[in-house]
Amino acid sequence: MLRQATTRLLSRRSISAAAGGSVPLRPFSTEVPATPALDSSFVEAWKKVIPNVEPPKTPLAFMQPRPPTPASLPTKLTVNFVLPYASELSGKEVDMVIIPATTGQMGILPGHVATIAELKPGVLAVHQGNDVTKYFVSSGFAFIHANSFADIIAVEAVPIDQIDPSLVQKGLAEFTQKLSSATTDLEKAEAQIGVDVHSALNSALTG
Amino acid sequence: MAMAAFRREGRRFAPLLHPNSITAPRSSLIPQELDPEGVRFISTQVVRNRMKSVKNIQKITKAMKMVAASKLRGVQTKAENSRGLWQPFTALLGDTPSIDVKKNVLVTISSDKGLCGGINSTSVKMSKAIHKLNSGPDKETKYVIVGEKAKAQLVRDSKKDIELNITDLQKIPLNYTQAIFLTLELVLVDKSSQAGLISVLADDILKNVEYDALRVVFNKFHSVVSFMPTMSTVLSPEVVEKEAEAGGRLEGLDSYEIEGGETKSEVLQNLTEFQFSSVLFNAVLENACSEMGARMSAMDSSSRNAGEMLDRLTLTYNRTRQASITTELIEIISGASALEG
Repeated sequence: MLRQATTRLLSRRSISAAAGGSVPLRPFSTEVPATPALDSSFVEAWKKVIPNVEPPKTPLAFMQPRPPTPASLPTKLTVNFVLPYASELSGKEVDMVIIPATTGQMGILPGHVATIAELKPGVLAVHQGNDVTKYFVSSGFAFIHANSFADIIAVEAVPIDQIDPSLVQKGLAEFTQKLSSATTDLEKAEAQIGVDVHSALNSALTG
Repeated sequence: MAMAAFRREGRRFAPLLHPNSITAPRSSLIPQELDPEGVRFISTQVVRNRMKSVKNIQKITKAMKMVAASKLRGVQTKAENSRGLWQPFTALLGDTPSIDVKKNVLVTISSDKGLCGGINSTSVKMSKAIHKLNSGPDKETKYVIVGEKAKAQLVRDSKKDIELNITDLQKIPLNYTQAIFLTLELVLVDKSSQAGLISVLADDILKNVEYDALRVVFNKFHSVVSFMPTMSTVLSPEVVEKEAEAGGRLEGLDSYEIEGGETKSEVLQNLTEFQFSSVLFNAVLENACSEMGARMSAMDSSSRNAGEMLDRLTLTYNRTRQASITTELIEIISGASALEG
């Protein structure tokens, strides 16, 4: 317990120092060191009820604080692109990303209005200078914050050049055939999903 | 006459009894070996057996340490890679450990197997404390337990509050799909009869959410020898919506445009459930990682202890053996000199 006490004290001080230095904090996330008052009220309540146990850490303690919304428009967009098994891009500065939102393809440039978007299977393109990196994402969410940060979370994603076009064609043909020969509802639904995914893959490869 | 005989006997015993006083802490072994009839047949068999068993225990603990170390390496990379997953959600929805809601569900994450130091009792202790913190007259706090060990500890005094428990999570390596299944199972909390059925339609699940705040308690992996008890809070979509309105905790959420889905609440529903599965996925991995680390250090110290014990036993064994040899020699020599004289 004591072993952690020093680190705890130190981290708390650094948080409050960071908060004190910047403009008055807005309670919400575009500025991520959320109001320190919130955290301390938890700690206080904890100390009152359970005085002999250290309060548990909360996720905020493990996060890099995000910068506040800058007054002038930044030239770059900071992208975090995460998967359950990897952080594909973390804090990378790019020019533009195009995300496959359920409402259609969405291009995101620095200074984009704060948005929460659901993703559908499709192509995520990351533009950096003349380089374009394309991923095929299955589904997920994208959060665009007012401070030109974009967080993209996908359940599964692969770089598009790792997809084998011949296998996609084969799979598409297979599932189309299955769909036409399906008898039960379950089979039909499964085949439909297969066709949807493969045609999305196909259009990603050709388009 | 009798006294003289006794004194003589006493002198004969003396060299044998002497080593016992040196190894006083271990002396519980020795008296059993003393044959009531004749000290001469003092048996070293008991010490030898004990040495053998200590040696075997040491072998086992060493092997467990090795296994834990190799498993740790695998799960550590996974846990570290999954750390990015929950961060966007915390960035968007903030961190609200102090939120005051009616229905709390505590998700306590523990391991299925023991022999891993204090990680399970830490998470149980934390859960009990959080339970205490969130209990009140019109509030309801329930446990959902992941892992065998926390269940064994919590079932004793808070059996009525246990809503669901899930075990055998670690038999197959965890992947994200499992986390999603787990989420569905947890979301079904109140329909416990159907808890096992994941095939229940998604719409059904969404309508039957029975929590206001989920609090995931787990041990975050820090290093092989240290872990940090952590609590992540996931709010229900209704609470998020309420807090996002003016004056709430999540006031800024209204400034976000929401794309996709028919209504805002639908998107929030998807969002919070996705958040929960992400948080849970990371939590389970972090806890597994801490478990392996804790087991490694626990097994390391127990093999060291076994080694020390073995050293002490070897010393006792050798002393006893040496003492009996010396006695026999003295007896032979004194017998021979008595004949000569």
